[in-house]
Amino acid sequence: MTPADLALAAKDGTVLTPAAEAPALSIRGMTVSYAEKPAIFSVDADFAAGAMTAIVGPNGAGKSTLLKAALGVIPRLSGEVSVFGTPLETARARVAYVPQRASVDWDFPTRVIDVVLMGLYRELGLLGRVRAAHRAKAEACLARVGMSDFAARQIGQLSGGQQQRVFLARALAQEADLYLLDEPFAGVDAATEAAIIEVLKTLKDQGKSVVAVHHDLATVTRYFDRVLLLNVRKIAAGPVAQAFTPQTLAATYGGRLASAQIDQLRLGDGAGLPTGAGPEAGAGPKA
Amino acid sequence: MNPLWEALTLQAGYNATLVAVGAALLGIAAGATGSFMVLRKRALVSDAMAHATLPGVGLAFMLMVALGGDGRNLVGLLTGSAVTAGIGLLGVDWLTRRTRLAEDAAIGSILSVFFGLGIVLMTIIQTMSSGRQAGLESFLLGSTAGMLLSDAITIAGGGALALGLVWLLRRPMTMVAFDAGYAQAVGVDVRRTDLAMMALVMGVTVIGLKIVGLILIVALLIIPAVTARFWTDRAEALVWIAGGVGGVAGYAGAAVSASAPDLPTGPIIVLIAAALFLVSLFFAPLRGVVAAVLRHHHFQGRVHRRQGLLSLSRAEPIHDPMTLRVLRRDGLIRADGVATDRGAAEAARAARDERRWTAARDLHQDTALIGRYDGLTAIDAVFTPDQIAAFDRHLGREGMI
Repeated sequence: MTPADLALAAKDGTVLTPAAEAPALSIRGMTVSYAEKPAIFSVDADFAAGAMTAIVGPNGAGKSTLLKAALGVIPRLSGEVSVFGTPLETARARVAYVPQRASVDWDFPTRVIDVVLMGLYRELGLLGRVRAAHRAKAEACLARVGMSDFAARQIGQLSGGQQQRVFLARALAQEADLYLLDEPFAGVDAATEAAIIEVLKTLKDQGKSVVAVHHDLATVTRYFDRVLLLNVRKIAAGPVAQAFTPQTLAATYGGRLASAQIDQLRLGDGAGLPTGAGPEAGAGPKA
Repeated sequence: MNPLWEALTLQAGYNATLVAVGAALLGIAAGATGSFMVLRKRALVSDAMAHATLPGVGLAFMLMVALGGDGRNLVGLLTGSAVTAGIGLLGVDWLTRRTRLAEDAAIGSILSVFFGLGIVLMTIIQTMSSGRQAGLESFLLGSTAGMLLSDAITIAGGGALALGLVWLLRRPMTMVAFDAGYAQAVGVDVRRTDLAMMALVMGVTVIGLKIVGLILIVALLIIPAVTARFWTDRAEALVWIAGGVGGVAGYAGAAVSASAPDLPTGPIIVLIAAALFLVSLFFAPLRGVVAAVLRHHHFQGRVHRRQGLLSLSRAEPIHDPMTLRVLRRDGLIRADGVATDRGAAEAARAARDERRWTAARDLHQDTALIGRYDGLTAIDAVFTPDQIAAFDRHLGREGMI
């Protein structure tokens, strides 16, 4: 199957949405442009509920843009977004967002616990008092990411990995059903990467849906069960075993990824896939 | 009695009391509101807005005179100033979002154009028969002369209203200032929050025109916030500390200006705020310059003491003058550089601690504990006595003791 075939298959929903369950996040015909140049163009994507999906593509492919525009953080030219089958505006409480670490000023006067309490904004509203129960919940979220000892620290005193954990704790405090993470592993230490993936896998085990912008091709097969390959347009989407192949990668990265680099990923050509690809494994020309 | 003291203690008469209380409330409102502008890194937008009030003041005066009224009605003048300040604000917003101009360039353009227009209108008013005694130029630098009770009530009421709105909107405004993308994602309307913040600042600017004047009101919005930053690491506390700083500056400034004829109020208020800033810059306990220097000096002393002790334990010569000074000060070496009894004992202990840390790294995989090694922390502050005993046994086996 060629990448174009995969994209077609995704478009009519047969690959991406098994059964009648509504996808966690559904994007239809989304175009975003900075000035006159589209950052992403007419992207249709469904992110399956209960799965961990990676958004993969080269620099400037619009990975972060896709997430931000879906959430309304940046304006989109066109496109519809629904969450669990309902319009985003009515489902905001079910969505948690972890922005890029570099997007904020870490010298801002706030402590770790205050950042996590921001995750309770919808619960607290404009005037609700922060009570002991809220604090306990925030502290429990910090404990889940191994940051209990840092609650009273000013956020500027944290390392990059610790900052990322705090952002994740803030999202956990929302008790959402869908978690959207923008480059959660960028510039973090190995221990933090392991801790974060542990938390995400636990979320998945609890039936939550996770979508992450991801740049490390080597870990895609290990961390995620589905993938969306993006380069301004959607190139391919589906279970990792089918959509994450040398062919789709070459189509996504063009000449930017040498074939030797693709070989290092040890992806199967249909045969010898890293995980049991199942009978529908149809990726690659041999199939 | 000293006229300044009388003014500060509200004994300088009815009018001075009125002004001091009004200025204090204005200062609190400006400090608290301005904090969010500073946290959002848009402090200078308020300067463009302040300068954009001037044409409004002139136009309102002309309109009121043309309608046969008294051109000096404060509520009328402030309403006019709010209209042009709002236009200036929307102008900055529009230029920044819709053109390739960066915000600083947009601020510069709006500020100068509106201020120029205002000055032209002021000049025209000067030539009008009713304009000579209008006293509109006091809006430039602020004045408390001839303030009426109704003026003071307007200012105090506006300040209290602004404070109430700041309290109401503190949560969304803090979230937008820290992380606008996240705020939007959880459903805070970032654009409306920003506009509300700007409208609040505009309100404070307008009610501050009479006392502080449009040229310096920006200082009363910014200086309290940056002053408060030296005293706290929490945004919520920062807002109220800034309110306190602004209140003190407003109150004391109005009192000082009332105690001597012809002292403009705005500059005095700003200078007092600046004095509070300088005191905080140098003497704030956590982030002040003096505290930082002392902390660094103390730390440096500890490093040199430790390094000197380790050198003594290895019988290496010490040449660094600071190390020698620290060791002599603590009575660890004699004037000729030879270790005292106590120095020799402490050197041996330092060397033993280092060996124990080495053992700790061999035995413990817990990076959280090992990570507390900084060469200065005593090992018994990190590990329990039985753990240290285990290190010693380990060292004994390795033949290192």
